[in-house]
Amino acid sequence: MDGIHDLGGQPGYNALGYRRDEPVFKDRWEATVFTMVRASAQAGAYTNIDQFRHAVERIDPKAYLEHGYYGRWLGAVETLFVEAGILTTAEITERATQMGADPNDLIAARPNQIKTQTTGIPAKRNPIDQAPWFQVGDPVQTTETSPLGHTRLPGYARDKRGLITACQGLWPYPDLRAHSHGEPSQYLYTVTFSSRDLGFSEAFELNLDLFEPYLNPIETIQ
Amino acid sequence: MSDQPSPQSLRTEAIETLLIEKKLLTSADVDSVLTTFSEQVGPMNGAKLVARAWVDEGFKARLLEDATTIIAEYGFEGGQVDKLIVKACSESVHHVVVCTLCSCYPWAVLGLPPRWYKDPGYRSRIVREPRKVLTEMGLTLPETTDIKVWDSSAEIRYMVLPLRPAGTEALDETALAELITRDAMIGVAAIETPS
Repeated sequence: MDGIHDLGGQPGYNALGYRRDEPVFKDRWEATVFTMVRASAQAGAYTNIDQFRHAVERIDPKAYLEHGYYGRWLGAVETLFVEAGILTTAEITERATQMGADPNDLIAARPNQIKTQTTGIPAKRNPIDQAPWFQVGDPVQTTETSPLGHTRLPGYARDKRGLITACQGLWPYPDLRAHSHGEPSQYLYTVTFSSRDLGFSEAFELNLDLFEPYLNPIETIQ
Repeated sequence: MSDQPSPQSLRTEAIETLLIEKKLLTSADVDSVLTTFSEQVGPMNGAKLVARAWVDEGFKARLLEDATTIIAEYGFEGGQVDKLIVKACSESVHHVVVCTLCSCYPWAVLGLPPRWYKDPGYRSRIVREPRKVLTEMGLTLPETTDIKVWDSSAEIRYMVLPLRPAGTEALDETALAELITRDAMIGVAAIETPS
């Protein structure tokens, strides 16, 4: 889906905040969030990593930028617990208020506010027991599809020309798995792009692992 | 630990107490996570691989060919690496790793990612102007060195095998491992020659 999480190539975020040393968890609540994510999986609130990633993508965009990594996870895990019917937003807010939280605080979780019954980029074929569509060396054009659901094709690499540099075999397809459509597999390829083909002025090579439905063949003219 | 509880910490505590009441979480679980990821999982695992690759050409070849099998042999915990690919830096090529869509990172070999790796600045810019970003982070590469960026968009995880610094010929594997930093295995730093 289009959203704040799709940060690659976006202008406006200049500060790197780079530090050589820092603790793994800055505060205990960060480790608590980490543990709650594991507990949510054990409780069945999500069943695969793509559902979790999609929950992160659906949190409040301002919170996404301002609450930090574990703040994003907090928003995702609350979303998942509420959508699974294990907790309610009202009981969490009531408890937090009792503990001294301001009722006007921005809450990252937005359960049930973005439709999750859709899909990402549709699969073109079921490749189980069939050969990969592309071979190493094939030029490809990424799709310009911008799906409402979860996808792992970054926006900056949409509708761009690249080259297949490795076939990585069959993997569960995130665009369907994030929406609980089982674990259908698709071929995954490493696709290599020139920065110029991505529209960036600095010269470098960029590699992405992309699923077959994201890719279209380019006819080479001899 | 900060004095004034943040809204995030209060909301976390609220959910935590509700989960404890529903017997879905215990405080001991949190302690266990703190211990595991502070002490047992971390860049020291990746450093062992790099140090061995520096002293053992056969191991280096295997590491570049099939790192997934090697980390299974080492039995590193904290896992969640279905497939690991190691990219070796040379005098002419430098590799750097990112995840622009979330914060995918090879936990089994590097532990949990640093804050800057997960923040918008690095994620947005390293795929747009890597040479400039690396320079800002203190790594100035020669103009003749090509940069290859690996954006971890699927379940494959990437780790960088940094260049062995000059002046370390006399050091053994254990001493070498102590020189190797997390940031060099992400590809945003070089290993310094020990003074």
